[in-house]
Amino acid sequence: MPTMNMIQALNSALDVKLGDDPDTLIFGEDVGYFGGVFRVTDGLQKKHGLKRCFDAPISEGGIIASAIGMGAYGLRPIAEIQFADYILPAFDQLVSEAARLRYRSNGEFWAPITVRSPYGGGIFGGQTHSQSPEAIFAHITGLKTVIPSTPYDAKGLLIAAIEDDDPVIVLEPKRLYNGPFDGRHDQTLRTWAGLPEAEVPEGHYTVPLGKAAVVREGGDVTVLAYGTMVHVAKAGIEDAQVDAELIDLRSIVPLDIDTIVASVTKTGRCVILHEASRFGGFGGELSALAQERCFWALKSPVQRVAGWDTPYPHAFEWDYFPGPARLAAALQRAMED
Amino acid sequence: MSNCPRLDLHIPEPASRPGEQSVLGVLVLPEAGETRRPDTLAPEPELRDLPFGLIRVLDDAGRAVGPWQPSISPDRLRHGLRAMMLTRAFDERLFRAHRQGKTSFYMKSTGEEAIGAAQSMVLGRGDMCFPTYRVMSWLHARDYPVTEMVNQIFSNAKDPLKGRQLPILYSARDYGFYSLSGNVGSRFGHAVGWAMASAYKNDDKIALAYIGEGTTAEGDFHEALTFASVYHAPCILCVTNNQWAISSFSGIAGGDETTFAAKAIAYGLPGLRVDGNDFLAVWAATEWAAERARANKGATLIELYTYRAGGHSTSDDPTKYRPADEAETWPLGDPVERLKQHLIGLGEWDEERHAALAEELDQQVRAAVKEAEAVGTLGKSKPPVSEMFEGVFKEPDWRVIEQRRELGV
Ligand SMILES: Cc1ncc(C[n+]2csc(CCOP(=O)(O)OP(=O)(O)O)c2C)c(N)n1
Repeated sequence: MPTMNMIQALNSALDVKLGDDPDTLIFGEDVGYFGGVFRVTDGLQKKHGLKRCFDAPISEGGIIASAIGMGAYGLRPIAEIQFADYILPAFDQLVSEAARLRYRSNGEFWAPITVRSPYGGGIFGGQTHSQSPEAIFAHITGLKTVIPSTPYDAKGLLIAAIEDDDPVIVLEPKRLYNGPFDGRHDQTLRTWAGLPEAEVPEGHYTVPLGKAAVVREGGDVTVLAYGTMVHVAKAGIEDAQVDAELIDLRSIVPLDIDTIVASVTKTGRCVILHEASRFGGFGGELSALAQERCFWALKSPVQRVAGWDTPYPHAFEWDYFPGPARLAAALQRAMED
Repeated sequence: MSNCPRLDLHIPEPASRPGEQSVLGVLVLPEAGETRRPDTLAPEPELRDLPFGLIRVLDDAGRAVGPWQPSISPDRLRHGLRAMMLTRAFDERLFRAHRQGKTSFYMKSTGEEAIGAAQSMVLGRGDMCFPTYRVMSWLHARDYPVTEMVNQIFSNAKDPLKGRQLPILYSARDYGFYSLSGNVGSRFGHAVGWAMASAYKNDDKIALAYIGEGTTAEGDFHEALTFASVYHAPCILCVTNNQWAISSFSGIAGGDETTFAAKAIAYGLPGLRVDGNDFLAVWAATEWAAERARANKGATLIELYTYRAGGHSTSDDPTKYRPADEAETWPLGDPVERLKQHLIGLGEWDEERHAALAEELDQQVRAAVKEAEAVGTLGKSKPPVSEMFEGVFKEPDWRVIEQRRELGV
C-alpha cells in the first residue's frame, strides 16, 4: 500500500471523486493551475480539466454562496477556503443558508457541499493563519464538521464528506500536512513516512462521519482530542505516565457520543484537549456532555486544556499552543482527585 | 433539450503561462499625456470616460507631458525617489533575512514603490492611510524608523507591536498608518467610516485606502463603495492592480471584462485609472482626488495599474504560474528608474549621486538590521510572555488573569 502524507492523501481523495463522479467539481482561491497554496489540488486541473478544478475570486462569501447554488442544482461542489481564518467572510452563507436550506424548504432544496480548509497553528502564521474555528460551526445546527488527524483518515473522511448530502466542513490541521507533530517544537520535524496511519489505499474508501477512533486503550483516564492535538495527547500521556485511553473524535458533528460515554464511564476521568481558545470552545460542550451522561461514574472534575483566551500571537506561538506538558499536568491533576 | 446552443461554463485563463512568451509587451495603453484632466469639481456624469483611459505623465524618455503634470519641487521629487529606493533596499535585505531563518515571513513591494511613496507625500499628517502589505513606501516616505520595522519583523523584545502580529503587519498611528490586518479587504470599509467621522466632525481630514485587484472580489470592496457613495465620504479608495493575486491573474477578479476603475461608475463615483509606476501620475491623480474630497465632493476610486515584479510572499514562487520574463516585458517600466530618469532630465540628479544614494540606503538598512539582530531574531528574543495576555481588553478580565497565572507569567 502506498505511503502518503496528508496533502497527498487529500489530493488522492479529490482525484478519486473527480474521477468517479462527473457532478463533483473543485474551486477556491489559487486551487486551479497552481494547485493551491498548500498544493492539495496539485495536478487536478491538468488531469481533469479546467472546469473540474478552477480558481475562484477572492470572495469567501461568493465561493460558499455559489457552491450552495451549484449544490441546489444537483452538483457536488467542493470549495476550498485558503485558510480557515478566512471562513468568516462566508459565515453568513454557511450559517443562514447552507445549514438550513433543507430544513427551511421542507426538503425541496439542500446543499450537498464540502468546504475544505487548512486550520490550526504551529506554523508561525500569526493571528490570521492559525485559528481553530470548529466551535463556532458546532454551535450551528445543520453543519457537519470533520477533523482528521492522519493521512488515512483524511482521505476516507474527505470522500465521505463529499458523498454526504449535507454541508460538511473539513478542517485540515495544516501542522499535520507533512508529518505528525507532538507539540515538541524544538525537536526535528517528523514525517509520515513509515507510520501505519500513512498507509493509504489508492482507490475509493470512506471513513464514516461520526465515528471516533480509540487511538490508545487505557483504564484510568479518558483523553478526548482531535486534529493535531491527537498527536500532542500521545506525547502528553507518555510524559504523564498514566494509563490513559485516547479518543480521536475525527468528527465533532456528528459526534460519537457512545464511544465517549463508554470510555468516560469506564475510566471515571476525562481530560479534553483542543487548540482553540478555551472559553466557549468545543471542550465546553464535551465537558458538559461528560458531566450530564457520566456524572455518577466520574472520580474527578473534567479538565480542559486549550489555547489561551487571546488572539493567536505570532511571537508567542509555543506559549499559546497547548503542548504535552500542559496535558501531562492536567492528567496528573485528574489522577490526584 | 431545445434547439438553443448548449450553455458552457466560462473559466478565465491568462494569455500566457510558464514556458510561454509573455504577452504584456503588446498591451495597448494610452500614451503619456493622452488622458484628459477635468476640473476637480466636475460632476461625476462628465467623468465617465476616465476609468477607461490611463493617466500617465512620464513618457518613455522620462519627460513630464500632458495635462496631469503636477508641480513638485526637485527636493520633493528626490525625497520620493529616496523613499522608493529605501523600500527596495529594505525589501531585498529583509527577504534575505527570511531565507536566513531570521523571520517567519516577508512580502516585497518590488515594482509598486511609487504608489505608497507618492500618496504618502501628497496626503497630510492628519489624514489616515488604511494600508495593504504592499505599501511600505508610505512609511519610508515619512521616515518611520527603519530599525523599528525590523524589530517588528523579527518579533523581538523591541517589537513595537509586542510580538502579536505577523511580520510587516505594522501599525503606526503617528505616521497616518492604520493597523494592518491579515484579512485582505477587511479595512476598506474602515477608511470610509473614518472619513465619514471626519465629515461628521466638520474636520478637514481625509482617508485613503488600498485594496488589491484580487481583493475587489470581496464584499468589503462593494460595501465600502456603497457607503462612500451614499454618504459622500471624503476618501480616496485605491485598487492596486498589480495583475496577480497570488497565482490568480486579474481576470479571476473580473479584470478581463472591464477596468477596475470603471467599477466606480455604478456607484456614481469618479474613477481614475493611473499608471502606478509613474510617480508623477500617482501624485497628480491623488492630488486631484484629495482636492475633490476636501471640497466636500466625496470619494474617488483610483485604479493604480502596476505589476508585482516579485513573488507574492516568501512562500511563493511566481515562475510556477507565469512566464519568467513577464516582469521585464511590463510596458510601464520600473518606477524607480523612471523617476530617476526624469530627475536626470531636469538636471537635478545624476548617475553618481544615484549610485551613492543606493549605497547609503543599503548601509542604512544593513545598520538597522544589525541593530535589530543585536536585540534578537525570531525565536531568539521576544517580548515578555506576559505581553501575550495584554491588550485583549482594555482591562483584563478574570480569564486572562487566571490563564496568565496558570502559565506562571
Ligand atoms: C479574507 C482573506 N482571504 C484570503 C486571504 C489569503 N490571501 C492573502 S493575499 C491574497 C491575494 C491578494 O491579492 P491582491 O488583492 O491582488 O493583492 P496583492 O497581493 O496582489 O497585492 C490572498 C488570497 C486573506 N489574507 N484574507
